[in-house]
Amino acid sequence: MSESQIVAMTMPKWGLSMTEGKVMEWLVEEGTDLSLGDDVLDIETEKIANTFEALDAGILRRQVADPEDVLPVGALLGVIAPLEITEDEVDAFIVTFLANYVPPEPEEEQEEGSGGYEELEANGYHLRYSKMGTGDKIILLVHGFGGDADRWLFTQQPLSSNATVYALDLPGHGQSTKNIQDGSVEGLAKTVIAFMKVLDIGSAQLVGHSLGGAIALKIALIEPALVSRLDLIASAGLGPEINNEYIQGFISTDSRKEMKKLLQKLVADPDLVNRSLVNDMLQFKRTDGVNAALKTISTGFIGDDGNQSDIMKEELHQLPMPVRIIWGTKDEIIPSAHAESLPPNIEVNLLDGYGHLVQLEAASEVNELLAS
Amino acid sequence: MARKITYQQAINEALDQEMARDKSVIIMGEDVAGGSGGDGEMDAWGGVLGVTKGLWGKYGDRVMDTPISEAGYVGAAVGAATAGLRPVCELMFIDFMGVCFDQIYNQAAKFRYMFGGKAETPIVIRTMYGAGFRAAAQHSQCLYNMFTAVPGLKVVIPSSPYDVKGLLIQAMRDNDPVIFCEHKVLYTLEGDVPEESYTIPFGEANIVREGNDVTIVTVGRMVHQAIEAAATLAKEGVSCEVIDLRTTSPLDEETILESVENTGRLVVVDESTPRCSIATDISAIVAQKAFGSLEAPIEMVTAPHTPVPFNGTLEDQYVPSPGKIADAVKIVMGYKA
Amino acid sequence: MTANLSVEDLLDAYRTMKTIREFEDRVHVEFAKGGIPGFVHLYAGEEASAAGVGMHLKETDKLASNHRGHGHCIAKGVEVKGMMAEIYGKKTGTCHGKGGSMHIADLDTGMMGANGIVGGGPPLACGAALAAKMKGTDGIAVVFCGDGASNQGTTFEAMNLATVWKLPVVFVFENNGYGEATPSNYAVSCKDIADRAIGFGMPGEIVDGHDFFAVHKAFAKAAERARAGEGPSLLEHKLDRFFGHFEGDNQNYRAKGEVKRLREEVCCLKRFSAEVTDNHGVDQAQLSAIDSEVATLIDEAVAFAENSPEPDLSDLTTDVYINY
Repeated sequence: MSESQIVAMTMPKWGLSMTEGKVMEWLVEEGTDLSLGDDVLDIETEKIANTFEALDAGILRRQVADPEDVLPVGALLGVIAPLEITEDEVDAFIVTFLANYVPPEPEEEQEEGSGGYEELEANGYHLRYSKMGTGDKIILLVHGFGGDADRWLFTQQPLSSNATVYALDLPGHGQSTKNIQDGSVEGLAKTVIAFMKVLDIGSAQLVGHSLGGAIALKIALIEPALVSRLDLIASAGLGPEINNEYIQGFISTDSRKEMKKLLQKLVADPDLVNRSLVNDMLQFKRTDGVNAALKTISTGFIGDDGNQSDIMKEELHQLPMPVRIIWGTKDEIIPSAHAESLPPNIEVNLLDGYGHLVQLEAASEVNELLAS
Repeated sequence: MARKITYQQAINEALDQEMARDKSVIIMGEDVAGGSGGDGEMDAWGGVLGVTKGLWGKYGDRVMDTPISEAGYVGAAVGAATAGLRPVCELMFIDFMGVCFDQIYNQAAKFRYMFGGKAETPIVIRTMYGAGFRAAAQHSQCLYNMFTAVPGLKVVIPSSPYDVKGLLIQAMRDNDPVIFCEHKVLYTLEGDVPEESYTIPFGEANIVREGNDVTIVTVGRMVHQAIEAAATLAKEGVSCEVIDLRTTSPLDEETILESVENTGRLVVVDESTPRCSIATDISAIVAQKAFGSLEAPIEMVTAPHTPVPFNGTLEDQYVPSPGKIADAVKIVMGYKA
Repeated sequence: MTANLSVEDLLDAYRTMKTIREFEDRVHVEFAKGGIPGFVHLYAGEEASAAGVGMHLKETDKLASNHRGHGHCIAKGVEVKGMMAEIYGKKTGTCHGKGGSMHIADLDTGMMGANGIVGGGPPLACGAALAAKMKGTDGIAVVFCGDGASNQGTTFEAMNLATVWKLPVVFVFENNGYGEATPSNYAVSCKDIADRAIGFGMPGEIVDGHDFFAVHKAFAKAAERARAGEGPSLLEHKLDRFFGHFEGDNQNYRAKGEVKRLREEVCCLKRFSAEVTDNHGVDQAQLSAIDSEVATLIDEAVAFAENSPEPDLSDLTTDVYINY
């Protein structure tokens, strides 16, 4: 039998900063016949825990990695091969793999299109972004309130297989300028437009999550030519209701416990919020100027009554580009009911049982939709 | 942008950013610039190990060389703090606390209380501690436990470049006297540190590694020894949770107790000598408040009850090592009631 | 300078001195009656020293004191009722009853605190002077030390630092002849503490501490030097205390009749009264009016202290940190 039928299952790279992952638990036994997308094992990264899904179909012949192993990206997790491959051949494959495997050098990440962080000046702000892939198709990912480019941990790389995918840190977020001049949705939209112009992006598929959805929608309304397609994930700007208690809590908290509770509202499965995610959020929040920036931005899209103040639902019908809505039905921040009774030109996808961070919780479903 | 810088550079950056932000911040200490009044170079040293190098050039008279006169200038820093400045005072080695302790524990620490809540003493005393430099008995001690015992002082013992910057900025913004203990061996340690200013609150321990079998509570340089031990033990199937206290006053009891309630076993690692130490303190708290959760007696890994020796072999033996920590973990794991 | 002192100034000086004397005499009595807890060190006999210095101090100037601090507090403008209540340990005290006689402080009036540590104050005063200097104000700091503190290392370090940094600070040594029970002529290695100034590169002067005018004049020069940015000075006020080191001290280390003789011969108040009525146009009736005004004030202060509530038990654990 040819060796080419033997496939290595390796530690995935979920997002830019991931250099290693910890094997938590195998969800299938050796000998299982895997189909594409089957849950195979749980892996925890420094950002979030997630389930590794089969990227190749076939029989899981060997579980190489053990629970609790912390392995670099690309390290061997298991081996998939048809039954006719002998145990000896599997062993030989593992030996060869291990002999040839070189863990990635973190320093080498900075190549063009490989996803290193880059920076530029736009609209008076210093903005950080990452770029993955080199395809002609351009996708721009816009995160939500309190997020950053890393919110697209499970989105950016998969989409980059046949597109150039940008993810930026909005003003006041991530490692972009914290001093906000105009915190309104329109003000932020103008900054993203300026960002696109600096990068010479003529038009792009805009994917916005939450507040980032409202920003993307605003861009589509202000300069429709910039937007080839609009994807709004759990988007703001489509109805008045929003969990303002979450927003205000996020701004005011400095305690790990409270932060964990708040972040757990973002997902249907609270176990997804691990210590590192909480620490990352606290690190961000404790940066000088962040709380003031968040306050400014929150008053830009939430009114004194605690409801959203910039609702663009009535203008959706005038959008010339294809528009798609993606929403988790268990969203506790912005209700998925906002996806109801929209104009017929809008494609609506409700994902059952997921929370606000649906692009993390249901990464493969969302990616599949975004790539189609 | 976060980039890799050393623990020492992170301290310098914290001082620099805070001096730029707040004009009441001043630095004083022996040779914090170096060369004052001489015919040679000014800012000759920037601190005995160069930690404050370059700040004199930016802030001039706000970076003050002092005579070798710790009681005098530490006391002056305390007095200046009550009068509207925010001095960051460098006590070169923590061992020198003996010649200025009165100004710290009888004066600075007590003003707020003695004066009925009406006095503020926002002073930071940066000081180098710890063994490993072959610096012998009077330049190598680990005395943060003595400061921790004093009500009115806050005691900070950062273990990483990220932590040292955030905790030092927090210390400079804090309105209580803060003893800021820097391990000299960590100065060259590199790590990711954001360029922007940020703070880390006091009294929040950092769980640097999660685990289920044993809780290792430690602080400062020993965090790294504990992580190394935990990595080795993981290969043998023992899962250690490593807690970096970050500050011993205030102390994050909650994180310690929650962890011990989960693991049922505790090893405390402390570079101080064994009596009346952070190790004994944590052990007492856990024995008192989480007795029911303990499945084995608590183990303490500390220096021996001796001065720090000069001889390298002896000094290496003096400092708690990953091996000794692993041995202690094995003892608590192997305990049969 | 003395020449500039108006009648109004002289009456103010008298009021300060008289208030200190009445305050201390009364504390002596009330302590003996058992109304006052703890350690109390009285300043009676030394009033001219505090008053002569205090008259030159602005509210923004800082004063660091010692065990024997009541007089310094009064001369710096600390409110007398609050002081008395503090000495009684009451909630209404200057420090809410948590400091006591040895730790009366009122930073709003520039009073940095009495100090229970001999030699505790000098470095602190240097710091206050440094703050004034760095902020570019013409503020000065003064520290009162006894002959005992003149032997402490912290004092030497502070004097050295003061000259090295040219700080606007004045070191006033109130040499009352005893460090606790040990005579200064035994414990101080030189005849005059003022001579120590030369070793620290600052001017030093011996002053008759019983003579308000001498104190006032000498301090005027030191304060002017400090405000002009010319650096520190040392003044040695030679004077006497009329009570023991602390209340309850039987003073058997003093010669028999010494205190009685001092009260008669070197009382600064008597001397001041005679001088101002003889040579400065002050009327005895004006002084007598102040006497009764002060007597009422002290009565009221004692009544206030006695009638004030104790601190709440919950105060035990407050004000250790701003947050913890």
